[in-house]
Amino acid sequence: MTDTPALGEVARNGLWSNNPALVQLLGLCPLLAVSSTVVNALGLALATLLVLLGSNLAVSLIRHQVTPTVRLPAFVMIIAAFVTCAELLMAAYTFELYRILGIFIPLIVTNCAILGRAEAFASRQPLLPSATDGLMTGLGFGAVLVLLGALRELFGQGTLFTGMDLLLGPAAAGWGITVFPDLDFLFLVLPPGAFFATGLLIALKNVIDDRLERRRRAREPDTPRESRRVRVTGTIR
Amino acid sequence: MSLMHADQSTSRRPAATAAVMGWLLVATLPGIATLTWHFGWGVLTNVACAAALGVGLEAAMLRLRRRPVAPTLADNSALVAGVLLGASLPPGSAWWLILIGMVAAVVVAKQLYGGLGHNPFNPAMVGYALLLVSFPVPMSLWAAPTGLVGPEALTLGEVLRQFAGLVPTETLDALSGATPLDAFKHKPAGVMAAEFWAGSPLPEGALSAWHQVALAWLAGGLLLLYKRIIGWQIPIAMLATLTLVAALFYGASPSHQGSPLFHLLGGAAVFGAFFIATDPVSAATSRRGKLLYGAGIGALVMLIRPLGAYPDAVAFAVLLMNFAVPLIDYYTEPRVYGHAAARRGIKAEAGEDGR
Repeated sequence: MTDTPALGEVARNGLWSNNPALVQLLGLCPLLAVSSTVVNALGLALATLLVLLGSNLAVSLIRHQVTPTVRLPAFVMIIAAFVTCAELLMAAYTFELYRILGIFIPLIVTNCAILGRAEAFASRQPLLPSATDGLMTGLGFGAVLVLLGALRELFGQGTLFTGMDLLLGPAAAGWGITVFPDLDFLFLVLPPGAFFATGLLIALKNVIDDRLERRRRAREPDTPRESRRVRVTGTIR
Repeated sequence: MSLMHADQSTSRRPAATAAVMGWLLVATLPGIATLTWHFGWGVLTNVACAAALGVGLEAAMLRLRRRPVAPTLADNSALVAGVLLGASLPPGSAWWLILIGMVAAVVVAKQLYGGLGHNPFNPAMVGYALLLVSFPVPMSLWAAPTGLVGPEALTLGEVLRQFAGLVPTETLDALSGATPLDAFKHKPAGVMAAEFWAGSPLPEGALSAWHQVALAWLAGGLLLLYKRIIGWQIPIAMLATLTLVAALFYGASPSHQGSPLFHLLGGAAVFGAFFIATDPVSAATSRRGKLLYGAGIGALVMLIRPLGAYPDAVAFAVLLMNFAVPLIDYYTEPRVYGHAAARRGIKAEAGEDGR
């Protein structure tokens, strides 16, 4: 059993330093396929957040009862149950968006980020850290998804926030703004543009990390450099 | 040691990159001149703008990457990418179209992968393919040959307005015609090839303009072959395979398919064979590999033209074969002298051990 990390660190990992989309590169399939507009991205982000939170809670609750041999089927069953909940909820309240997102809602089951959090975190940690981890990882994933959706909608179609009423009800019908009229940059609308935009976001995150690291090292010049190797857990000093 | 002073007269020093690229630029001149003669000033605005953007973007990226700017720019490779993309675009393309294409070519396909020598894909064709996928309408508006339009041909001023993006698409649409490949591809399903040519949906002589452009590119290509800037393997393999596959299609259905000559000279095949597919960085390297690589491009072009959604396919075919280059190079690696014997020896030993 690993030590329980502080909640602040859990939050920082989920949102930034171990962000599922930008660092772990998990769940890329929905990330690339669905992030064509803000409303699609937000819809999927909320559904993923719900599932991640629920599955982390449930996995953490049963972590002493499930033996290691059957843990993966158990986790997948739990995740599938929450995905079904999310799917039924979307079908009930945001039917149009449910039809637009189509297969990508049931496919949340196969989002490795969720199973990854269940396996690497929730199955070893008490309830509160697990819930925090689920929430923060979901928010981190959702933030990238929405940012990507905004970028692709803005530079692909020249609009922002169109069709938000599909998710937020009739009050949001007038939110859509047209920034660049007549823009139709098909490359960004199609999935290859999502690959490209994701790459740029990862590069941007690395640049920011690099700057922060350099500033930190300038303040305390004697700190040894951290290993650059990829690690799933912890850091090598 | 006498061996150290072996006669060097039979060995050739590889030419410097700048010289190779310089000859490439010279070799594009006949093609660009013929294109300009037939399609007007728009060709020159394309080439000039793309070349300037190529150099500018390369310099900017080198600065960002903290690499020496002047020595790298002096290898002329960004200039070549710009000229090749400029010559591929529809004449008189708007500046923003060229800008997006050159950003994709130089910034993404070349510099983000590590600069000249590290790019797995042909930069100019990455730019072209991205534009073709993203902006199908402006990318299919080829001006009709000026010799046929006569007094209504665009003046330099009008071309510059077009370049500045001030001419609405509808007006452009009225001024332009389809390329022969485009027109032939989109002929109504019931129309036979013979009826198509008899009905002349192309302005009279448009096809001959394209033939002359192809022959001008061929002249430039022969210069490159003569100067040994490029090897013969890729262009010959590509054009031969293209002709063969076109002949198969034509033989199977002469009433509906274009003739091999039409496919050879009607589109970008010759230009692609000598100037695009031979890019030394992204092409296969061994001699057998080059033959395979060229043949693959020729076959893919002739599969996509009749069966795919796009009228011409040189860019897609080159990019697809760029993907295959590591595999081709792996399987066609030339044998290092003396190594086969060593392998036989080991095998024999293993056999003895087995007994």
